Amino acid sequence: MGSEDGKILTRMRDFMAATAITNFSTGLVRGLGQRTVESVQFAGDLTLFSLDLLGWLCGRLPRGRVVLPNLYTIGVQSVPVVLITGCFIGMVLAVQSYDQLRSVRMEATLGTVINLTLVKELGPVLAAVMLAGRVGSSIAAEIGTMKITEQIDALRMLGANPIQYLVVPRFLGCFLLIPLLTVFADAAGLVGGWLFSTQLLGVDSSHYWLHSEEMISGFDFGGGIFKSFFFGAAIAIIACHRGFHCSAGAEGVGKAATDSFVFSFVAIMGLDFLLSILVTVMQSFWFAYWYRPTMGPL
Amino acid sequence: MPAIAPHDGPLLELNGVSRQFGSQVVLRDVFFRVNRGETLVIIGESGCGKSVTLRLLCGLLDPNLGSVDFEGRGWRARNDREQRREQLRFGFLFQGSALFDSMSVFENVAFGLRQNTQLKLSQIERIVRERLNEVGLPYSICEKKPAQLSGGMKKRVALARVLALTPEIMLYDEPTTGLDPVMTDVINELILQTRKQRPITSIVVTHDMSTVKKVADRVVMLHPAPRLLPGEPQVIFEGTAEEAFASADKRVSQFVRGEAGERLRELALAG
Repeated sequence: MGSEDGKILTRMRDFMAATAITNFSTGLVRGLGQRTVESVQFAGDLTLFSLDLLGWLCGRLPRGRVVLPNLYTIGVQSVPVVLITGCFIGMVLAVQSYDQLRSVRMEATLGTVINLTLVKELGPVLAAVMLAGRVGSSIAAEIGTMKITEQIDALRMLGANPIQYLVVPRFLGCFLLIPLLTVFADAAGLVGGWLFSTQLLGVDSSHYWLHSEEMISGFDFGGGIFKSFFFGAAIAIIACHRGFHCSAGAEGVGKAATDSFVFSFVAIMGLDFLLSILVTVMQSFWFAYWYRPTMGPL
Repeated sequence: MPAIAPHDGPLLELNGVSRQFGSQVVLRDVFFRVNRGETLVIIGESGCGKSVTLRLLCGLLDPNLGSVDFEGRGWRARNDREQRREQLRFGFLFQGSALFDSMSVFENVAFGLRQNTQLKLSQIERIVRERLNEVGLPYSICEKKPAQLSGGMKKRVALARVLALTPEIMLYDEPTTGLDPVMTDVINELILQTRKQRPITSIVVTHDMSTVKKVADRVVMLHPAPRLLPGEPQVIFEGTAEEAFASADKRVSQFVRGEAGERLRELALAG
């Protein structure tokens, strides 16, 4: 092989490498662009969907016989699982915190750590995540199945608006009952943590509650419940939206249910971050301007 | 309020309607009319846009191009409330029946009445009984859930649900698909009976030639849009059932006789 052939081969190799890089870059840019467009479309569609829902919430609400079964499914049927989860969260917190607190001889403050973590963060967030799995996925799968079996079209043709008939009751169920379920999860966590700490770890019960009472304000508890309203709304909107955009077939329904959980999970975490900042700022204002501590007898 | 003069023209009219989903063109520049009181049957190969046409006719879908006029006015020209009110004049029998799974037969049939009227329960019960009786089902079926019914029963319950609202225009999307020949004939008879008992306009989408022979006043045949030549109309036949069976157009005659013909060769070549 002559030197000329070698040069040609080298140039061809360079050209092919450059082409591969260009193709890769083009593919990357195209992929990113496509993802961006899809994300913007999704956000826009979700916003329009939420506005439509808001319009119906401000207008004519569906009848009680449509709303009540949803309240039962979302609220009552979720109670056992929320209580069990809450109880375990409390006990796990006790297990995780006890050794560390004992090493600095502060095991009496175990109640504060468990209860504060529960009412401010873990209670609302874990209850919401669990409900996103139990309730949200079920909503997405149910509405998705209705869509692909033409039941949503049938609703329209029979004079019912699908948003009013399907989304509003589920939204009300999630928005009103997820905070209530969070209270149950908090309560179960408090009991679980207290039982484990006092009965198995030997922490004194009166100290357990005394320290908790000193450190936890109504604001901490209220902040957690306040966040859970937003979590409930997010779970309902995302689940219903995924259901309405379900593609055909069993795979489509499965994807709608999975997407509903994944998107809800991300939304819960994002909202938790933003709302935690908001609650902290509100709490600072409260203590700075309005809070007047009650003075005991001197 | 001034009285609205009755519309003299066609009841429904597709004017140059095109519809696509993503990049897939389903309907391309389609024109046809539906006259008041007639039974129009739409036939054509799978995927030629028959069901989409039915959804366009009742305003469930919007066209990408062209207009669908109902009593001389496009669906788009109507606001949401007006559209919902006018849609109640339509009865749609869906291909898969579309009964609400979570409800009993009674709740399914009573759904439209509860949603749109202030009737008392006793009145609703009477109407449900009459409509079930009309489609040949006993009232004792009322407690059952759709999952407990056979395909033919589901179709009849869905028909009873639609008839409970006394529609003026009936849309049937492949009403006999998946049914045995006897039940197919039962459904065909019900379509005829529905028309005899009330002044109704019917539009039937079907592949079933027994339905075409039995119920059609007029037949429209659609050809799949991707196989059309440039400028070729998608409606390749419009006439009576007899004319369809005697058509010289190969595509029409092969379809109505159920012969693969050219398609077999095309598919074999494609394979």
